[in-house]
Amino acid sequence: MSAAPDPAAPDPATPESDAAPAGPLLPELAYNFAYLDEQTKRMIRRAILKAIAIPGYQVPFAAREMPMPYGWGTGGVQVTAAVLGPDDVLKVIDQGADDTTNAVAIRGFFEKTAGVATTTRTSEASVIQTRHRIPEQPLTERQILVYQVPIPEPLRFLEPRETETRQLHALAEYGLVHVKLYEDIARHGHIATTYAYPVEVAGRYVMDPSPIPKFDNPKMDDCPALQLFGAGREKRIYAIPPHTRVRSLDFDDHPFRVQRFAEPCAMCGARGVYLDEVILDDRGGRMFVCSDTDHCETRQAEGHHGGMWGGAPGAAA
Amino acid sequence: MTDQPLLVAEGLAKNYGARIGCRDVSLEVYPGEVLAVVGESGSGKSTLLGLLSTELAPSAGRVLYRLKDGALTDLASLGPAERRLLMRTDWGLVRQNPAEGLRMAVSAGGNVGERLMAVGWRHYGDIRAEALDWLGRVEIAADRIDDDPRSFSGGMRQRLQIARNLVTRPRLVFMDEPTGGLDVSVQARLLDLIRGLVAQMGLAVVIVTHDLAVARLLSHRMVVMRQGRVIETGLTDQVLDDPREPYTQLLVSSVLAA
Repeated sequence: MSAAPDPAAPDPATPESDAAPAGPLLPELAYNFAYLDEQTKRMIRRAILKAIAIPGYQVPFAAREMPMPYGWGTGGVQVTAAVLGPDDVLKVIDQGADDTTNAVAIRGFFEKTAGVATTTRTSEASVIQTRHRIPEQPLTERQILVYQVPIPEPLRFLEPRETETRQLHALAEYGLVHVKLYEDIARHGHIATTYAYPVEVAGRYVMDPSPIPKFDNPKMDDCPALQLFGAGREKRIYAIPPHTRVRSLDFDDHPFRVQRFAEPCAMCGARGVYLDEVILDDRGGRMFVCSDTDHCETRQAEGHHGGMWGGAPGAAA
Repeated sequence: MTDQPLLVAEGLAKNYGARIGCRDVSLEVYPGEVLAVVGESGSGKSTLLGLLSTELAPSAGRVLYRLKDGALTDLASLGPAERRLLMRTDWGLVRQNPAEGLRMAVSAGGNVGERLMAVGWRHYGDIRAEALDWLGRVEIAADRIDDDPRSFSGGMRQRLQIARNLVTRPRLVFMDEPTGGLDVSVQARLLDLIRGLVAQMGLAVVIVTHDLAVARLLSHRMVVMRQGRVIETGLTDQVLDDPREPYTQLLVSSVLAA
């Protein structure tokens, strides 16, 4: 994180450069770099450092009001703001897509308040803020993945008392998580939890990986990138340091399994990736396409094509 | 049975501010023995149970327990992790209100299996088989295993609570008015069941009740409490048939003859 602002970027409008040259009619609002003030960012960075030191442990932090509603990524945005430097390249995804409202808005937010470069390419990004997916392309140690987390407490739905869940974490009493999985098998015949699937981090803390599909759980294990989790409403930050063991909880006779898809992506023909179901008409017509838009577009550009490539109305460019 | 006590209370007292919950209570519970704590409402029975089961911290005195290694240990000297492990393996706690002792949104099988999973069982088939076995023992039909306790009657909930507590084969069980709020025929069957299980498993039980008939049916020894103090102790038959203290006499004579 060097201090020199990128000259090509729009004016970050730091307090020193209040006299903005040749502005529009209204004066440019003087945001601090990446919106949050420096003291707040230091506070968040301290929480992040503690979270990295205790993998999977939920560190309380003084989450600020952000100019967006809770549930839209207020936690993730604060973590991103705290780790972002002027040279970083930011990618924001929402359910795997770069072009949905949430992703576009947050990307625009940091373009405006931090003046950082943004991208939709996973390989070019140094910080990736995500809602509910991990990119298909393997991450590297140069990257930070920031998750938006709605409910950080994996025990919440079985134990509503915060005092009690803290005790359970402190004493590593995690029988309750298995009660949830037991209930799944009893009701559905298999572990029916398909997202926010609980994981054990570094052999100690049980953690909610945010509502990513369990398909993505194996990607967290031994991941070279730093993974940070921010929950704004619940005011918690937690982390998985690079190359940390992350194990999805299961039973001996009902081992953890990820979803499998019968057909490949209809646009790029990829197999072994997470697919979204798209309803095409009201007569049962449907297609399955990559949830990770960048991955799909990259593959299409490389010449991989699925069954409906070029033939479907309104196909992604 | 051995002649060494399983649980020893020495000079227990609990103050709620200026009010007294209980004071100067000393007692011993031996393996395989059922001890009833009786007294009217507000006499300190539940406070005493809370102190014995370490749910409450005593204002004075201490509670000692003979751990599996045979050493009589002051429970206050155990760390919270050890104490909780003790509570979910070697102890049971049956509450008066089953909604407090059960997870109402979790199926009967999950309720029974929770303790097993808490002590490291990770095989679904084994957990389920054990849960089924225990539901059978407390006379809950096997096809109710996936129903949650909200759909159970009061008596079934109480039996489920007992199964949930006994599944780890504890040595000591605390019961707080286990038959409270049940009608007499259901009470009778529940008492039968508890008596059978206690005898079969050689459980030591501390049972708090205001119902002398329950005490007579279940317990070997009893402790009569009044205003936070133990005023009389002795064998159950002895105390009920030949009460010494005026208060105990009043209590015994107040029971309606059926």
